[in-house]
Amino acid sequence: MNHPLAESYFRMDKLPHIWCPGCSHGIIMASIARAIDRLGLDKDNVCIVSGIGCSSRAPGYMDFNTLHTTHGRALAFATGVKLANPKLEVIVISGDGDLSAIGGNHLIHAARRNIGLTTICFNNNIYGMTGGQYSPTTPTGDKATTAPYGNIDKPFDITKLAIGAGATYAAKVTAFHVTQMDKYIESAIAHKGFSLVEAIAVCPTYYGRKNRKGSAVEMMTWLKDHYIDFKVAEKLPPEKREGKELMGEFINVDAPEYTALYDALIDRLKD
Amino acid sequence: MTDKKENLTIHINQEWCKGCGICVAFCPKKVLAIGENGKSTMIDPDNCIKCGMCQMRCPDFAIFLGGSDS
Repeated sequence: MNHPLAESYFRMDKLPHIWCPGCSHGIIMASIARAIDRLGLDKDNVCIVSGIGCSSRAPGYMDFNTLHTTHGRALAFATGVKLANPKLEVIVISGDGDLSAIGGNHLIHAARRNIGLTTICFNNNIYGMTGGQYSPTTPTGDKATTAPYGNIDKPFDITKLAIGAGATYAAKVTAFHVTQMDKYIESAIAHKGFSLVEAIAVCPTYYGRKNRKGSAVEMMTWLKDHYIDFKVAEKLPPEKREGKELMGEFINVDAPEYTALYDALIDRLKD
Repeated sequence: MTDKKENLTIHINQEWCKGCGICVAFCPKKVLAIGENGKSTMIDPDNCIKCGMCQMRCPDFAIFLGGSDS
């Protein structure tokens, strides 16, 4: 028998995918499909849009309406799709480099407009597809092909960036914390307005090897041991919070959604 | 997907398994191992609690709970 999720929501002739052993991207991609399944969405009513990069290969495997677009421009294409047909559930899959470097401006303006798109950022802290160059989320001091002596940049916190720009739903989670990931992605898709889930992923091949982080299992164990929900962290004494990374649902508020405002404007001008 | 737990069993598609070891490392009952062929293998089916965490964390759709009849 075949994997039931794969058979229902993926292009079986394109599987197995070509991501490296232990790469988190397959975990996050499956979580998106589970969220769609639980929401009971019609496959023909879902559009998955990606840019360029390892993560952006996902729409090739996913059996929905799919667009594999240009580097950084997934949100721009998705904005067009959503404005043309606001009834579609438009889900953007974008890597950390694609979303916050090349497509950084699209991210802040999609968030500012509060357009009803769901963005899932596969954040593995590096440009994997092109050979391990540092990205805007590579931690300071970490190594990359283009930072052989250590990265001197300060990294972006993509979740905070989206909240600062106006996102009305934003959550951060890791590839280890799959139950929470399913929940956040489901909430993000159901949310009316711009939503972002930053999924912290491991790249054992480039980021892991360059920084001697060990195997995929060791990298996943690090996520397990270091990420805690910010609501839990708030109750911990300072010494227990030290060195911990925060995850959780950071914002979930209602605000007027862009395509609804646009339709209302058209209606008003018709009179 | 709505089958009762007792009717489910772990299926491993060794052609798709890349041997990353994530399912083995994070199985709460330690019922999986990497076999001689470098792929995930069930070593202790009696102690599997069918929690499905291996399925959720497998990046490759290579391990899953399914009907026991096939």
